[in-house]
Amino acid sequence: MAHNTASTDTFAKYLLLNAERFRGRPAMRFKDYGIWQSWTWEEQLNEVRALALGLQTIGVKRGDKIAVIGANRPRLYWSFAAAQSLGAVPVPVYADSVADEMAYVLDHAEAKFAVVEDQEQVDKVLSVADRVPALTDLIYDEPRGLKDYDHTHLHDYGTLRETGLNRFAEEPGATEGWLDEVAQGKGSDLSVILYTSGTTGRPKGVMLSNDNFVRSALNGNGFDNLGENETTIAYLPLAWVGDHLFSYAQSYTAGYCVACPESPETINEDRREIAPTYFFAPPRVFETLLTSIMVRMEDAGRVKKAMFDYFLAHAGKVGERILNGETVSFWDRLKYQLGDFLVYGPLKNRIGLSRMRVGYTAGEAIGPELFSFYRSLGLNLKQLYGQTEATVYITAQADGKIRPDTVGLPSPEVEIKIADNGEVMYRSPGVFVGYYKNEEATRETKTADGWVHTGDAGFFDADGQLKIIDRAKDVGKLASGALFAPKYIENTLKFFPDIKEVVAFGHGRDFCAAFINIDLTAVGNWAERNNIAYASYQELAGHSQVYETIAAHVDEANRRLAREPLMAASQIKRFLVLHKELDADDGELTRTQKVRRSFIAERYGPLIEALYDGSTEKFVETEVTYEDGRKGIIRATVKVVDAKVHDAPKEMIREAAE
Amino acid sequence: MNPRPDPNHLRVSDDGIAKGGVLLDVRNVSLAFGGVKAITDISLNVMKGEIRAIIGPNGAGKTSMLNVINGFYTPQLGTIVFRGKERRSMKPHQAVGQGIARTFQNVALFKGMSTLDNIMAGRSVMMKRHIGWQMLWHGPALREEIEHREKVEEIIDFLEIQHIRRTPVGKLPYGLQKRVELGRALAMEPTLLLLDEPMAGMNLEEKEDMSRFIIDVNQQRGTTIALIEHDMGVVMDLSDRVVVLDYGKKIADGPPDEVKNNQDVIDAYLGVPH
Repeated sequence: MAHNTASTDTFAKYLLLNAERFRGRPAMRFKDYGIWQSWTWEEQLNEVRALALGLQTIGVKRGDKIAVIGANRPRLYWSFAAAQSLGAVPVPVYADSVADEMAYVLDHAEAKFAVVEDQEQVDKVLSVADRVPALTDLIYDEPRGLKDYDHTHLHDYGTLRETGLNRFAEEPGATEGWLDEVAQGKGSDLSVILYTSGTTGRPKGVMLSNDNFVRSALNGNGFDNLGENETTIAYLPLAWVGDHLFSYAQSYTAGYCVACPESPETINEDRREIAPTYFFAPPRVFETLLTSIMVRMEDAGRVKKAMFDYFLAHAGKVGERILNGETVSFWDRLKYQLGDFLVYGPLKNRIGLSRMRVGYTAGEAIGPELFSFYRSLGLNLKQLYGQTEATVYITAQADGKIRPDTVGLPSPEVEIKIADNGEVMYRSPGVFVGYYKNEEATRETKTADGWVHTGDAGFFDADGQLKIIDRAKDVGKLASGALFAPKYIENTLKFFPDIKEVVAFGHGRDFCAAFINIDLTAVGNWAERNNIAYASYQELAGHSQVYETIAAHVDEANRRLAREPLMAASQIKRFLVLHKELDADDGELTRTQKVRRSFIAERYGPLIEALYDGSTEKFVETEVTYEDGRKGIIRATVKVVDAKVHDAPKEMIREAAE
Repeated sequence: MNPRPDPNHLRVSDDGIAKGGVLLDVRNVSLAFGGVKAITDISLNVMKGEIRAIIGPNGAGKTSMLNVINGFYTPQLGTIVFRGKERRSMKPHQAVGQGIARTFQNVALFKGMSTLDNIMAGRSVMMKRHIGWQMLWHGPALREEIEHREKVEEIIDFLEIQHIRRTPVGKLPYGLQKRVELGRALAMEPTLLLLDEPMAGMNLEEKEDMSRFIIDVNQQRGTTIALIEHDMGVVMDLSDRVVVLDYGKKIADGPPDEVKNNQDVIDAYLGVPH
């Protein structure tokens, strides 16, 4: 390459570089009015510069914090780059936060400006404006419904952009001034503050520098050989570190194109049209995809269904081995080819992954069966273990060295050690600067010599691959002293398409018990086919036939647990199907959809007691919060059911005896 | 470059009536089916740019009134002045030509056709090319179709129904079908939009969405709206003026607050001891 990229240490500098080296290549796509619109790197530079010059006119200066709230739209990504080019710090905020959470983050970050998507977000921010004293101006992308608002401190993105374009064309010195600001940016400058949703307590603002992001992105690009030819689709929350890396930092450093979906509801269609080559999804998305495939196949004709089942079984047998480059008989390969033509190919096309070269899943442990299912189709899906504090990468699986039950080898430039209590610790160039305005938490998490506590318990296996068991503080012991790793049990159950969420209990108890959330798509479809009428989630969840189905799944899960010596003791003895879906709005899940265990234990105390006191049903009242902050009450009588516990299979006992 | 449409371009052409001028004036209209008097001597007007609600108990004559306005029924007595032109009888398609579009109490869409095609159907009255060209679907006809498709995409974007663009309408939940129907009415670029119970059978969330769309249609596109609705909360929040019918007669007319406290209205809704 003719350019020297070593001195390129900020994203604004990368933007200038890309506008030269990848001038005519696409940088961004966005489906609008039903058509994919695209911007080349040169056009992206124009957009970012125009916004930056516009932002200057409303007083954005070096060091200012700019909140960014909304869905994955090009203009919001441009506002990251525009803010950074001026030395301001973008603070992406989860768009679906309720007003109260948003107020906390905006105030804690001392956001002076906010770039938001539409009227909904404008209203939300305005409703808490009195609690965010630093906030002066709001900028919105979508003007609809905002015409009659007071525009003294409210700006249309389009108008600011126009102002910026005019300054670029006419104002002497404006562009030079901007380039000067860009040149002033340093690698050690703060790049972005990302608020972690946190499974406990208030969110913390993780400060990440340009160096953190540039180094991590370059390492990631090198590891997976990502170049300017990749395409990815941006659909995960802007405030999540993964999206900031995959849809922003890596795109700027590698020069690849990011596609923004038309709306959050059209993501499946849009992914099909774009067919990303580099794709990331948390296990939940893969689960939902699998569920929707299975549900559709239930409705398929007999011949189709038989073909589907036959070839999927074949893929399950040899697919992963072919992908890993192991030896497979010629006949099996031939059959796999035929299956690819008849089933796997169309299936991959259907879920928009037919061009996928590198796929990652992370955020939570993925069910081994779920993981193997996708890999058996020939998809290079890998696991990654990361954290906001590490600028994502801690470990990642290298091509060809994939095992479903580990998270891979340490990523480039990452050192890992296991603390005495089993906690995983790491040190890398991606390690965060600190928590914003929270010295104490920074000291608790990051040691003086740069090691970071992950909070996860894990160990290295014989191959040197890292295995994560659970959150360090969640791993407990049953009253008998046997290990109790709730997430492991939950993941075993969550593989069943009918089950969406599980919360397992057992620490300090005599046995393991669980709350179960049914998956409304899967179970609703089953109910429809079986002529079972239901009016609400609650009614379906309490249906006796649903209970029977779930009991069968629990039984199967117990069989699987029985096969694992460490886990056999934590088979589920009693369970109940919750009367409401666990919801982030009620604080039961984090914004990244992780279960908040202690909160749930507190909120559903009576139900947990019912699991352990032998009662067969329990009446509960639960308060729910709607997205606009209003509250309501759900009342229900929840049934509690016993499940059978299995012995370890005979051959294993023999093995153990030998 | 990807220009986004200026919201001002979405506005319906100016017809010489200033905002707040009388767009529709119904004068002393009576309608009877045999011996049944559906509407008795009712006068009401709709100002340009407002949201006008027509409410009343079941059988009060609300839908008949709407049918009179868009020419489906011809009243025996009285006159209707729309955009300054007087008429008594008119065919519904002439109403469309004059800039009146409507939605129905029971969704009236082509169930087997996609959302996109249903809304395109709303544009058909504006397709000017000869049927021969249309059949060839080439040259001018194709260009015309592309122009209309752009308008339709604007509406799809406006109503946030991108995700169901290709879905057959019959497979959609009721709330979305209602939204598609609104989309088809909007495709006609009406001056006056008649909505017959736009929120019937919807849950709270769907009602909130629909309310927002109605306000947006009114404010962004400058469309005058006359609607019938049973949900009093919605009516009182949305409308600028409310007319109340009971047994085919007008019993109150005015701003929501005034109507709410009118004794006749309270009696009509709650009943009076005889």
